[in-house]
Amino acid sequence: MSPIPHPGASSRQAPADAAEARPPRAMFLHGAVKSLPFLIVMIPFAVLFGVVATEAGMDIAQVMGFSVLVLAGASQFTAVQLLSDNAPVVIVILSCLAVNLRMAMYSASLVPWLRHASGGQKAWVAYALVDQSYALSIQEYEANPAMSLPQRLAFFAGVATVVCLPWMICSWIGATVGQAIPDDIALDFAMPITFLAMIAPMLRTPAHLAACFVAIAGALLLAGLPSGLGLLIAAPLGMATGAIIETRANRKAAA
Amino acid sequence: MTNGPSDLTIWLVIVVLGIGTFLIRWSFLGALGNRDMPPWVLRMLRYTPVAVLPALVAPLVVWPAATGGQPDPARMAAAAVTVAVGLWSKNMIVAILAGAITLFGLLYML
Repeated sequence: MSPIPHPGASSRQAPADAAEARPPRAMFLHGAVKSLPFLIVMIPFAVLFGVVATEAGMDIAQVMGFSVLVLAGASQFTAVQLLSDNAPVVIVILSCLAVNLRMAMYSASLVPWLRHASGGQKAWVAYALVDQSYALSIQEYEANPAMSLPQRLAFFAGVATVVCLPWMICSWIGATVGQAIPDDIALDFAMPITFLAMIAPMLRTPAHLAACFVAIAGALLLAGLPSGLGLLIAAPLGMATGAIIETRANRKAAA
Repeated sequence: MTNGPSDLTIWLVIVVLGIGTFLIRWSFLGALGNRDMPPWVLRMLRYTPVAVLPALVAPLVVWPAATGGQPDPARMAAAAVTVAVGLWSKNMIVAILAGAITLFGLLYML
């Protein structure tokens, strides 16, 4: 009847010309190329981490320790900030883990796609599971559900290589050139500006705005508490606010 | 920094944070595989970044360490511009540039 095939049907009937037919090596390249735009943000952010951490008194080995062992931008900045505030170690660790908690959600959402991977493969995916590698991979898996497991893993590896390696290399560059940057440039404010710029585009719904507002109000009201403690109270209050507003909005939409 | 944390403290944070972060990432993929998280947990997790990061930054904006904790109009304005441009453009790089230009512009003028 209609010359235009139904989109859902066509993707299932003709896998030969779609992404599903590509060998894993091609999928690796496909993932790598798709992640290139992220480098525009990633490279300056990584250099900045190296600079800020060095300014806070860390040596190159420690900067690399963060970027290789932790490999999670926002929490690395959080750790450096709280450490230079002389916050207690327990608070530094808890705050940074809270920043990374969202990755549990990524992990959960990849299960249906990577369930049958080997233990070692899952460990590698977990190590390289950052915002960017998650976002690109889940998008690809959902767009091409017929991809085989080796293709999925190869795509993830391609993305992870382009996203994670420059993070490490550019932190090292930042730590090396950071010592050459004069003190009178207001670098103290680079971190707040970067974080605010990261967050603002995420404030899509009233629930996100409310979560953000309550967390800020809480953090300012509790600023008198020992460093980092206010954050541990304010952030969960904000998260709960977001969840409550979302539930209400859903109920209203359903009614 | 002279009175900062010791090397040992920093390495302790790096190692514990590295292991903890890995376990968070590995959790469902590796260990909890076929269990579903309760919906309220997922709902809270959705708001972690927009709650944690602003709460971390807010005191730094209002009472910057560089001015000895005195509120500073240049830094406040830079933060406000960053958020406004970020909300409007939905683009992180544009927002960072706008904030940095505001900060350095005002610091230069004031």
